[in-house]
Amino acid sequence: MSSNEHTNHQISYGTYVIVWLTLIGLTVLTVAIAGVNFGGIALILAMAIAAIKSTFVISYFMHIKYDQKIFLVFIITALGSLAAIFFLTTFDVFFR
Amino acid sequence: MGKSEFTFSHDNYLNNNTGKSNLMSWLTTTDHKRIGLMYLYGMIFFFGLAMLIGVVMKLEMLTPGKTLIDAQTYNAFFTLHGMIMIFLFIIPGIPAVLGNFIMPIQIGAKDVIFPRLNLMSWYFYIFGGIFAIASLFLSGGPIDTGWTFYVPYSIRTNTNVILPLLGAFIIGFSGILTGINFVTTIHRLRAKGMTFFRLPLFVWAIYATAWIQIIATPVVGITIVLVIVERLFSIGIFDPALGGDPLLFQHLFWIYSHPAVYIMILPAMGIVSEIIPTFAKRTIFGYKMIAYSSLAIAFIGYFVWAHHMFNSGISDLSRMIFSLITFLVAIPSGIKVFNWVATLYKGSIVFKTPLFYVAMFIFLFSIGGLTGMITSSLATDVHISDTYFLVAHFHYTMFGGVAIIMIAGLHYWLPKMYGRMYNEKLAMWSGAIIFVGFNLMYFTMFILGYQGMPRRFWSYLPQYQTLHIVSVVGMVIFVMGMIVMAYNLIRGARKGPIAPANPWGGVTLEWRIPSPPPTLNFDKDPVVTREVYDFTNPDDYGLPKIEERGINE
Amino acid sequence: MSDNNMIQEQAIQEHSHSHVHRDDIASKMGMWLFLFTEILLFGGLFLLYLAYRFQYSQEFFTSAKNLNIVLGTINTIFLLTSSLTMALSIAALQRGNKKLSIAFIISTLGFALGFMIIKYFEWTAKFAHGIIPGGETLTSRPHGEVIFYGMYFSMTGLHAIHVIVGAVLILFMLRFVIKGKLNKDNYQRLENAGLYWHLVDLIWIFLFPLFYLLH
Repeated sequence: MSSNEHTNHQISYGTYVIVWLTLIGLTVLTVAIAGVNFGGIALILAMAIAAIKSTFVISYFMHIKYDQKIFLVFIITALGSLAAIFFLTTFDVFFR
Repeated sequence: MGKSEFTFSHDNYLNNNTGKSNLMSWLTTTDHKRIGLMYLYGMIFFFGLAMLIGVVMKLEMLTPGKTLIDAQTYNAFFTLHGMIMIFLFIIPGIPAVLGNFIMPIQIGAKDVIFPRLNLMSWYFYIFGGIFAIASLFLSGGPIDTGWTFYVPYSIRTNTNVILPLLGAFIIGFSGILTGINFVTTIHRLRAKGMTFFRLPLFVWAIYATAWIQIIATPVVGITIVLVIVERLFSIGIFDPALGGDPLLFQHLFWIYSHPAVYIMILPAMGIVSEIIPTFAKRTIFGYKMIAYSSLAIAFIGYFVWAHHMFNSGISDLSRMIFSLITFLVAIPSGIKVFNWVATLYKGSIVFKTPLFYVAMFIFLFSIGGLTGMITSSLATDVHISDTYFLVAHFHYTMFGGVAIIMIAGLHYWLPKMYGRMYNEKLAMWSGAIIFVGFNLMYFTMFILGYQGMPRRFWSYLPQYQTLHIVSVVGMVIFVMGMIVMAYNLIRGARKGPIAPANPWGGVTLEWRIPSPPPTLNFDKDPVVTREVYDFTNPDDYGLPKIEERGINE
Repeated sequence: MSDNNMIQEQAIQEHSHSHVHRDDIASKMGMWLFLFTEILLFGGLFLLYLAYRFQYSQEFFTSAKNLNIVLGTINTIFLLTSSLTMALSIAALQRGNKKLSIAFIISTLGFALGFMIIKYFEWTAKFAHGIIPGGETLTSRPHGEVIFYGMYFSMTGLHAIHVIVGAVLILFMLRFVIKGKLNKDNYQRLENAGLYWHLVDLIWIFLFPLFYLLH
C-alpha cells in the first residue's frame, strides 16, 4: 500500500455544475408531473426519477465513477440486499 | 486482568510499558489483542450472569406451581436470560474475542485498521450491557417482553422497556463498528502475497460475518428506535389501536435477528475449519468450497427471516416461499460438514481437547440442524411452535453449535493468548461432563415439547414433572462441567506451564510468532508464498524460526 | 512495506493523526460501509412506508395534500445545492485553493441551516393544527392518517437529525481546513464528511416525492 495512492481524480468544477443542473431539472420534472394523473404508475415514475437522481449523486458527487471498482461492488451488495428484503416482504404484505 | 507475574523474556502485549497504571493501560489500549481479551472478560461476566438466571429458571421448573420465584419474576428472567445471552454473549462472542485477537495476526497485520474505533466499540458494548441490566434495579421492574420485544405488548407493559431497548441499540452499534473495522482490515491490511484465496478459513468466516453485521444490524436498530418512539409519543406505526401493523414489527425484527443466527454460527464454522486441519495434519478438503459456502450462508441466511413468523398470520404465499428458502440454507451447511469429514478421513488425527469439542459440535449441531428441518416444515411447525421443542432446538444450535466451538477456540488459542497451557486431562473430562449434562438437559426438552409443554411458562401440568426433573438433573451436571472447564482455563492462563509457540503444529501465521505475541505481532513483515493449509511443506512466511515442540511432549 | 509499519505504529501511539502516512482508501472504505448501515436504517422505514401506503392508499393521498409542495421543493433545491457546494469545496481544496474551499463549506452550512429553518416552520405549522404525534386531535382521525403522520414525523425527523449531525461534522471540517490540518495533500476527512452529506441528500431525494408529491 503506497501512501501516495490518492483516492480520486480531480473532477472539474464544470462537471459538478452540469450534474447539479441535471438534478434541479429532474426535480422540476418530478414536481411538474406530480399534478398529472398517472394512476397506478405514479409511484413507480416518481421512484424512477429519484433513482436516476441518486445515480447522478452517487456517480459524480460521491465519486464512485472515478473510484476503484470494489466500491461499486460494495454498493451493489448493499443495495441488492435492501432490494431483496423489499421484494420478499411484499409477498406477505400484498398477498395476505 | 494481566498480572505482572509473567516471566516471558520477549516483549509481548501483556507487558505494560505505557507508563500508565496497569488498569489504565488496559482501559486505554488500542491493541487488538488486549481489546480481544477485554471483550473476553466482559463476556465471561455477562455469560455467568445469564447462566445464573438460567439456573434459577430451571430450578423453578422442579415442581408445578411456585418453587422459587413468582410468575412475573420468571417473565423477567427469561427475557433477561435471552437478551444477555443473545446480544451480549453469543452474537458478539466469537468475532469480538477471537476475531479481534486472531484475525489480524492470521492476515499478517499489526493491528486492525481503525484501532481507536475498536476500543470505542468495546466501550459501546459495555455501556449497552449496563443499560440492558440496569432495568433490573429500577422502579417499574425489569423488562418482561421476551428478548424479541414483540409489539403490542412491548408498547403496553409498564416495566422498563426503553432502557434495555436502548442497550440493545448501543450493542448493535458496537457490532456494526466492529464489522466495519474487520471488513476494511481484511481488504487493506493483508500481508504481502496474502491473496483472498490464501486467507485462513477463519478469516473468511469473519469476513462474511462482518458483512452481515453491517447490512442487517441497522434494520433492528430502526425497529428498536420506533418501539421507543411509539412508547414515548404513540405515533401509531406499530400500535394496532392506532392502525399500525404488529406483523411489520416482526418482519423488521427478524430481518435482523435471523441473519444474527449466522453472525453467531459462521465464525464458529470458521474455527472448526481451523482446528480440523491442524489436528488431522492434512490440507483442508475443498478450501474454496468452504470459503464460498460461508458467503453463501451469509447470503441465503439473509432471506429466510419470515420462518420465525409461520404461525403469526403472514400470507400463505410467503410461508411457502420462506419455507423453501430456509431448506436451501442446508446446502452450504452440508457442504461444510462433508468437507470437514473428508479432511478428517485418512488424516493423522491427534485427538486433543479442541478436536474433542469439534466432534461434540458436529454431533450436537447435527441434532440442532435436523430438528431445524422439522421446524422449517410448515405442517410440523404448527404443532411444535412455542413449545420446549423449539427451546431445545435453538439451544442445540446456539450452545451446541456456537458456544461449544467458542470453548474449543479458547482451548485451541489459549496457549497463544497467554503463552501458557491448561491441564489437558481436566479439559477432556470437563468437556465430557458438559456433553452429558447438556444432552440430558436439552434432549429431554425435545420430548417435553413434543408432548406439548409450552415455553415461557413458570408452571406446568403435573404430567410433565418426571421429565422436568430429569432435565434439571442434566442442568446440574452441565453447570458442574462448565465450572470445571472455566476453572481449568483460568488456572491455565494464570499459572499453567509455559507453552511452546506452536503447541499443535499449526501452519497459519499466528503459530509462526512467539507466545504471547509481541506487541506489534511481527518483528518482520511476513510474506506469503503459497496456499495456507499445506502440512507437507508449510510456508515459513519469511519469518525467523520459532521454538517448536511436538504436541505429545 | 515500511508504510504498513508506519500506519501501525501510528495506531499504537495514540494521537498522532497528522502523520503523512495514512491509508486514505481504507478511511473512505470505512465511511462507505458506515453509509450502508445508514441506508439500511432508513430502508426499514421505507419498507414500512411501502406497506402502509399499500394498506391505506386513500388516507395517504388525503393527508399528503396538507403538506406544502412549495416548501418541500425549496428544501429539495437547498439540499441539492448544498451537495454541489460540498463537492466543489473538495475540488477546491484538491487544487490548493483554501479560500474558495472555505467559502464553499460555509455556503453548504448556510443551505443546511436554511433547510432546517423551513423544516422548523413546516413542523410547527402542523403542530399548530393539532397534528402532534400522540395528540388527541391526531389520534382521533382515521387510522390511515395517524399512520401517514407517524411515518412523516419519524422519517423526516430522523432525516433532520442526520442533517444536524452532518452539519456538525462539516463544521469540524471547516475548522480543520481553516487551521490547515486538511489541505491539498490531505483532504480525505473532508471527503468523508462530504460522503455523509451526500447521503443525507440522497435520502431526501426519495422522501420528497413520497410525502409531498402524492396527488
